[in-house]
Amino acid sequence: MGKKIGITGNEAIANAMRIANPDVCGAFPITPATEIMQRFCTFVSNGEVKTETVLAESEHSAMSACIGASAAGGRVATATAAQGLALMWEMLFIASGLRLPIVMGVANRALSAPLNIHGDHSDGMGARDCGWIHLYCEDAQEGYDNMLQAFRIGEHKDLRLPVMVGIDGFITSHSIQTAEYLDDDVARKFVGEYQQTLPALLDIKNPVSMGALILTDYYHEYRKAHEQVMMRVFKVVEDIGKEFEKISGRPYGLFESYRLEDAEVAIVVMSSAAGTTKEVVDEYRAKGIKAGLLKPRLYRPFPYTQIAEALKHVKAIAVLDRADCWGGSYGPLFTDITGALYGLDKKPVLINKIYGLGGRDYMPDQAEYTFNELIDLAKGGKVKAVKEYIGVRE
Amino acid sequence: MKLKTWKELPAGAVITEPGSARNFKTGSWRSYRPRWIEENCIQCLFCWVYCPDMSIVTKEGKMTGIDYDFCKGCGICALECPGKKGQKALVMEEEGK
Ligand code: SF4
Ligand code: SF4
Repeated sequence: MGKKIGITGNEAIANAMRIANPDVCGAFPITPATEIMQRFCTFVSNGEVKTETVLAESEHSAMSACIGASAAGGRVATATAAQGLALMWEMLFIASGLRLPIVMGVANRALSAPLNIHGDHSDGMGARDCGWIHLYCEDAQEGYDNMLQAFRIGEHKDLRLPVMVGIDGFITSHSIQTAEYLDDDVARKFVGEYQQTLPALLDIKNPVSMGALILTDYYHEYRKAHEQVMMRVFKVVEDIGKEFEKISGRPYGLFESYRLEDAEVAIVVMSSAAGTTKEVVDEYRAKGIKAGLLKPRLYRPFPYTQIAEALKHVKAIAVLDRADCWGGSYGPLFTDITGALYGLDKKPVLINKIYGLGGRDYMPDQAEYTFNELIDLAKGGKVKAVKEYIGVRE
Repeated sequence: MKLKTWKELPAGAVITEPGSARNFKTGSWRSYRPRWIEENCIQCLFCWVYCPDMSIVTKEGKMTGIDYDFCKGCGICALECPGKKGQKALVMEEEGK
C-alpha cells in the first residue's frame, strides 16, 4: 500500500503528472492552477521526469503547443483555470476534433467580471460541450486518482480523446488534505507507457496531414462520429475505474451514490460540496430521514441513462449548481439531470439551487435548508421556486 | 465519387494519402478564367512563379497552358504577365460568356 500524506489538490495533480511522465507540457500560469505546473517544473528540474516544458505566452498558445505535441505523437499534459480555460476555448475544439488525448488539470474557478480568483464551476461548464471528457473531483485524493486514470481513459485506443480533470479552486487546490499516493512503481505500471494508436505527424514513414478543411460534404459526418466516440467513453471509464480499484482499494464509477439506494430525498452535487453534503446526509439518516446523495464524476459525456436509473425511486431531488446559465434558464447540472429524468414514467420532483459562486462557502446549513424543503416536497408540498440562489444576501 | 458514411471516416479527419489534394478539383470555384494568348507570350514564367495554386502547366521549362481543373481564377497571373510590347499574354474573361 502507498503512504498517507498531507497534500494540496494541486500537489496531487502534479504528482500524477510526474507518474505519467509526459513528453511535453505546454503551460501558462493562472491562479489557482499555477501550483500544478510550478510543482511539476520542479520535477522537470530535478530530472524526475523527462518532460519538455513549453512555457508559452498565453493559454491559447499553451494549448496550441499541447495540440502540436500530441499530434506529433507524444503524451501531453497541462493545467489551467478560469480565464485561462476560457482563452483556450477555440483550441479545445481542435484538440477534441483531431482526437488528441491531452490531459489537463483544471482548478475550477469563477469567470470575470467581477474579477474573482476563487472556486466555482463556471469555467468547466463553459467548456462542457467542447468534445472533451470531463472528470470532477471531491478532494485531493480524487484529484490524484482521477488524473492517473485520465491518461488511461484519454489514450485508450477506442477513444483517443482529451480529458480535463477538475478540482475546486482553492477549496481543493490549496487546502492540505490527507491523501494516499500509490507506490510509484504500482502507479507507473497502471498508467503505462504512451502508445500511439492513431497516425502521428512525426511518423515520417507514414506521412499524414492534419487539420484539413472539411466542408458541407463531410463535417456533419465527422460530428456524428464524435458523438458516437463519446458514447464509448462510459465503458472505458468504468473498466479503468475497476482496474484502479484493484490497486488502490478506492472504487470509481461514472458517479458516486451515497446512501441513495433507498433514499426518498436526495441532493445531486459535484466536487468538494459533496463532502459537506455527505455529513448532512448522515445527520438526517440518524434522525430517521431517508436522505441520499449523487455526485457526478464523469460530467462529459453525461451518463444520462445510468443516472436516471440511480435516481428514479427518489421522491424529491435538489440539483446544486456551482455555476449559472444566464439565459433565464437553470443551472447547467440541473438541465442535465432533468434531461436524464424526462424519460421516466414517474418523475421525481426537481428543484435547482445555485450555491457557492466565486468561492462563497457552502456550509452544512445550506444542505439542511435544502433537505428540509425536499422533505416537504416529498410529502406532497408545492414547489415555491424551481430555481433559487442559496447562501446569498437578500 | 461515392461519399463515405460517418462509420468509415478516419479518426480526427487525418489524411493518410499523400498528395490527395489532387483529388479535390477546385476549378468550379472560378467566376473568371484566364485565357492564354500564345503569340504574346515571352516565356518569362512569371505566371508560373506567381500562381498561388499549381495551375500554370509547363513542359520542358515552357509555359504551355492552364490547368482549369484547379485554377480558381484569382487573376494574379494575368496581373503579373508582362506580355509582349504591352500586349498581355494572359487575360481574364468572365466564365460562361
Ligand atoms: S488565375 Fe490564379 S489560379 Fe488561375 S492560373 Fe492564374 S494565378 Fe493560377
Ligand atoms: S507571365 Fe505572361 S508572358 Fe510570362 S510566361 Fe506567363 S503568359 Fe507568358
